[in-house]
Amino acid sequence: MSDIQQVPAVLLLEDGTVFHGLSAGKIGTTTGEICFNTGMTGYQEIFTDPSYYGQLMVLTNAHIGNYGTKRTESESYSIKINGLICKNYTYEYHRPLADQSIQAYFEEENLVGICNIDTRAVVRHIRSKGAMNAIISSEETDLDALKARLAEVPSMDGLELASKVSTKETYTFGSPQAKYRVAVLDFGIKQNILNNFAERDCYLQVFPAQTPIEELRAWNPDGYFLSNGPGDPAPMAYAVSTAKAILEEDKPLFGICLGHQLLALAVDIPTYKMHHGHRGINHPVKNLATGKCEITSQNHGFGVSPEAIEANTDKVEVTHINLNDGTIEGMRIRGKKAFSVQYHPEASPGPHDARYLFDEFVKLMEN
Amino acid sequence: MPKDQSIKSVLILGSGPIVIGQACEFDYSGSQASRSLREEGIEVTLINDNPATIMTDPVTADHVYLLPLTTESIIQVLEEKQIDAVLPTMGGQTALNLAIEADEQGIWEKYNTRLIGVDIAAIELTENREAFRKHMIDIGLSVAPSKIANSFLEGKDAAQHIGFPLVIRPSYTLGGTGGGFVHKPEDFDPALRRGLSMSPTHEVLVEKAVLGWKEFELELLRDANDNVVIICTVENLDPMGIHTGDSITVAPAMTLSDTAYQRMRDEAIQAMRSLGNFSGGCNIQFSLNPETEELIVIEINPRVSRSSALASKATGYPIAKIAAKLAIGYTLDELKNQITQNTSAYFEPTLDYVIVKMPRWNFDKFQGSDHELGLQMKSVGEVMGIGRTFLEALQKACQSLENNRMGLGADMKEWIKTTDILERLEKASEDRIFRLKDALRLGVPEKTIQKLTRIDPWFIKQIKQLVKMEQQLMRYNVAEDIPADFMRELKTVGYSDAQIAWVMRIQEEEVATYRKKLNIRRTYKMVDTCAAEFEAQTPYFYSTFDQENESIPSEGKKKVIVLGSGPNRIGQGIEFDYCCVHGLLAIKEAGYEAIMINCNPETVSTDFDMADKLYFEPVFWEHLEEIMELEKPEGVIVQLGGQTALKMAETLHAKGYKIIGTSFPNMDLAEDRGAFSDLLKELGIPYPEYGVANDADEALQIAKRTGYPALVRPSYVLGGQRMRIVINDEELEKHVLSIFKHLPDNRVLIDHFLDRAKEAEIDAICDGDEVHIMGIMEHIEPAGIHSGDSSAVLPTYSLSVEAINKMVEYAEKLAKALDIRGLINIQFAIKDDQVYVIEANPRASRTTPFIAKAYQVPYLKIATKIMLGTHKLKDFDIKPRPSGYAIKVPVFSFNKFPNVDKNLGPEMKSTGEAIRFIKDLSDPFFRELDKQRYMYLTR
Repeated sequence: MSDIQQVPAVLLLEDGTVFHGLSAGKIGTTTGEICFNTGMTGYQEIFTDPSYYGQLMVLTNAHIGNYGTKRTESESYSIKINGLICKNYTYEYHRPLADQSIQAYFEEENLVGICNIDTRAVVRHIRSKGAMNAIISSEETDLDALKARLAEVPSMDGLELASKVSTKETYTFGSPQAKYRVAVLDFGIKQNILNNFAERDCYLQVFPAQTPIEELRAWNPDGYFLSNGPGDPAPMAYAVSTAKAILEEDKPLFGICLGHQLLALAVDIPTYKMHHGHRGINHPVKNLATGKCEITSQNHGFGVSPEAIEANTDKVEVTHINLNDGTIEGMRIRGKKAFSVQYHPEASPGPHDARYLFDEFVKLMEN
Repeated sequence: MPKDQSIKSVLILGSGPIVIGQACEFDYSGSQASRSLREEGIEVTLINDNPATIMTDPVTADHVYLLPLTTESIIQVLEEKQIDAVLPTMGGQTALNLAIEADEQGIWEKYNTRLIGVDIAAIELTENREAFRKHMIDIGLSVAPSKIANSFLEGKDAAQHIGFPLVIRPSYTLGGTGGGFVHKPEDFDPALRRGLSMSPTHEVLVEKAVLGWKEFELELLRDANDNVVIICTVENLDPMGIHTGDSITVAPAMTLSDTAYQRMRDEAIQAMRSLGNFSGGCNIQFSLNPETEELIVIEINPRVSRSSALASKATGYPIAKIAAKLAIGYTLDELKNQITQNTSAYFEPTLDYVIVKMPRWNFDKFQGSDHELGLQMKSVGEVMGIGRTFLEALQKACQSLENNRMGLGADMKEWIKTTDILERLEKASEDRIFRLKDALRLGVPEKTIQKLTRIDPWFIKQIKQLVKMEQQLMRYNVAEDIPADFMRELKTVGYSDAQIAWVMRIQEEEVATYRKKLNIRRTYKMVDTCAAEFEAQTPYFYSTFDQENESIPSEGKKKVIVLGSGPNRIGQGIEFDYCCVHGLLAIKEAGYEAIMINCNPETVSTDFDMADKLYFEPVFWEHLEEIMELEKPEGVIVQLGGQTALKMAETLHAKGYKIIGTSFPNMDLAEDRGAFSDLLKELGIPYPEYGVANDADEALQIAKRTGYPALVRPSYVLGGQRMRIVINDEELEKHVLSIFKHLPDNRVLIDHFLDRAKEAEIDAICDGDEVHIMGIMEHIEPAGIHSGDSSAVLPTYSLSVEAINKMVEYAEKLAKALDIRGLINIQFAIKDDQVYVIEANPRASRTTPFIAKAYQVPYLKIATKIMLGTHKLKDFDIKPRPSGYAIKVPVFSFNKFPNVDKNLGPEMKSTGEAIRFIKDLSDPFFRELDKQRYMYLTR
């Protein structure tokens, strides 16, 4: 029984698999790489996370939209996913602190989605077949036409997307009187990373992805930060060379997610495209130095090669591993003040277990 | 940190007889813990005097002590067994209190053993309301403003400071006993007196009432390395003010944003880490102000709780099993996720479905009780519905309740008077969720409903969808008018065919037939802890109406379905879980695939590794039928799940499905009073004069014939519901009218009541050729007290040899005449050495587990194999090992219902039972019980 206009919609995967549902959000057509997130809270944070740029997001939680949306809970100024795929699109929300319904938000942001989908079947499909491109349409139902359109969508493998979501202009964040100055390279940074730095007495200058190292140095930072972001790190030669230059300078350097992968590339450790990535807020990570564990928020489709790290233990030290599949979750560059993690210590959405990493970075700047 | 190698033997403390607030969820946790420790090569000893539990079965533990939970018993165990460590966190508050008591007496130290999985200082801190409050404030968390009072005057003073409405919470009590809301100053004094007297330390906390705030519960696990994970977050649909055990609860949380949730998670972890040093489970309750999202801590239970059992079933994550391993030294990252087997146990389960837990109340058993829900738990059991939408889960929970509801309303049980409905919305009782929908249906604004119930508008809006759908549905005349899309939509939100039929005033069969024609069928999804991110092998399924079916029936192996007994309630409880578990084990041993269907999250039989396949579904025809059509089993066992399962026999038979064991016509013969009496007459077995009446006139006629006193009851009820003894026409008329008022469409049975008679019962197994008498129990209390409320002595202690021989003779005759294949329970009355048969139940009875425990014979397994036909009685070498007498002692929960008549009668009131072994009749415990018998006789 819908009180909003909902029309039949279709989800077509690259391998020809079709799911039928109803439109959610704006009526239209959208494409992207399909991926899934298993978190049970934080849909708005996911929609606005620049790391998801260009992706079609399957949310596995049974109901999406229950608590509406709230402007201050966005991770960037706009929706970054290309489309939403969910089971129950619950546009009738309730939360006194919320600003608007998910439907109003999607219409404002022109997001196309599809609901009443057996999301569990979709996840099981991706789990076995791997990540692939897909198309959602609530205006075109002819499968051949959709297939043709889907064929034009480029593969995520080898796709550089960071510069599309990076800031165009340099800007500052936090108090100029703060104790530390951090130069942030923005590949699609999440708002909450900035907040976490600012809360720790850091003044930030956020630079566009392709800013030359000289410009960063000219600001005279106490430390550098390589942000998260979308796409494949492999084609990002510009960022890798900046990372190399930072390493030479030997100032504290911290990288998150894409930033972690770029740091690996900077020490000649290759990355690879994962079968279907890690996306959710319940991923178990063990800190090898302390032996303690943390539940982490994750969002990545590429990873750092464990074999290459194994062969380069003189250069890098693995600091964190994933307890589910043993993948590399964190590393430290030997002889440098540089470290990085594959997951999201800033969370949002997700648990705050790993926020100590921001403290460790600040400590490095203090010394 | 790996396993502590110094621990080679562990004693687990059970929770004793079932009482309100402490039910069979602790059998579930104790059994899991025991199996988990035995996996590690640890010798497990168990102490619990509840004979109906699986934990006290040889299949679960190495050594079982069926002893009362007292320090004397503990000393006995420690004298006889070398115990390296004691695990007290699996047996609820009873076990914890016992552990503390033994600790204070220096028993653990004396016997050179230690407690694991617990920190006594931490328990003290969480139980002592004032210390807890201070501690929370010290670590920077918020609590509701409150003051402690140790006397009446201090209490009055506190109330003046806090203001009304306020809450009285007695220290150290179970399930909120003695606590309550006080809205007006004039109600304060009696409430305070009661609170002070209920607390063993005469201490209450007078707390500001945060009425209308939302309530959440988090289930946590912590290991020795201080790693903490949240296993489940549960949202209470009923806001603050109603005990969580009496609240409808939902997982995952439906109305929590990530910011609010993560704050809650941070605080929960901080609180747990601040509580001493222990490894294991913990439950934390929070309250959230919906307007500001301000958060306060309500309470912490540093042990496995009722909610942990629910959380385990809701997520698939076996909390007690893991908690037991943490207690012996493992850390979470060293353990595997038991469901996927290849990912880590250190993780937080994620759900791609919704579960709704609904409590089951039994107010009808407690005449005169206050039905209003509050801080003190009053429900006797619970059910869980799983679905892919909140509404589907909610309606499945309603279908599971065994209240003759077809879902959330739309089943001719709606109320239509707005004033009555509004009153029930404000004063929450067992039917509030149904009344909420009634109100919406009658057009009461959502806002008004929210104001009265303080239920989050999100839930109200969801239920409103049902009302709108029913309005549309009413426009159709015949099933074929319903558009396919709309039919699918109806099923997606949990409507049963029967509800759809009722709304349209057509037959259920028409809806079912058309729905199947449209191929709108249930598919089954797995509960896998990870929203399908990883592959899981665990065969734990629920139904929904989604595209892909994950439950692929196995090929080659013959399958047998066991029907469970639904929610625990008075008259039907944990004993049937015991029966189902043994049935499953026997089915597997006999070479079949064992499939379990039940909806009670507290049970062991719904543990994911008990059956070969588990369908967590309502024991409700439509759900059963779809499973039958998918699995195509050899047949269904209905003898093990109490009356709930037995009730399904008729439909199964009518639809041509095979019932394993005694055939339906024979079971029906035993259940149908008229036909059964004819059979008794034919067999020459005496029975009390009786008659069946359709109205009060007929009843009076019959009474004239049978004579007074007469036993009056509705036909087809459980646990003697509305059964009364009347002594004259006036009383008879009054009671018959009351039965027709509350149970229309019923008939009334009138039996001549054998005053001052003795009662006895036999449980027996019959294979068609032979009859084996499992045991003969003599009730201490005279006839007229419900058998469930009687103290039953095994074997008989005062009946003559002639009477016993007659009982055995009648039992054998009846079992053969009814062609019983499996179990039968027969109840007798003995007066002046004349033996009368009162009734026969062609199924496992409440006492079967008791006899199995007392005689140490796996009777349920034997009976199941006989039902299957794979074995005959002669295949078993049954050697009962009696030792003196065993007494089944009923246990009551009257302290939850202060105004209820505590006198026993034909209607069952006990919630649980204990077993006591005595050497001979000079035992003081027996003599005390026997003395009370005469009190009943003179009454």
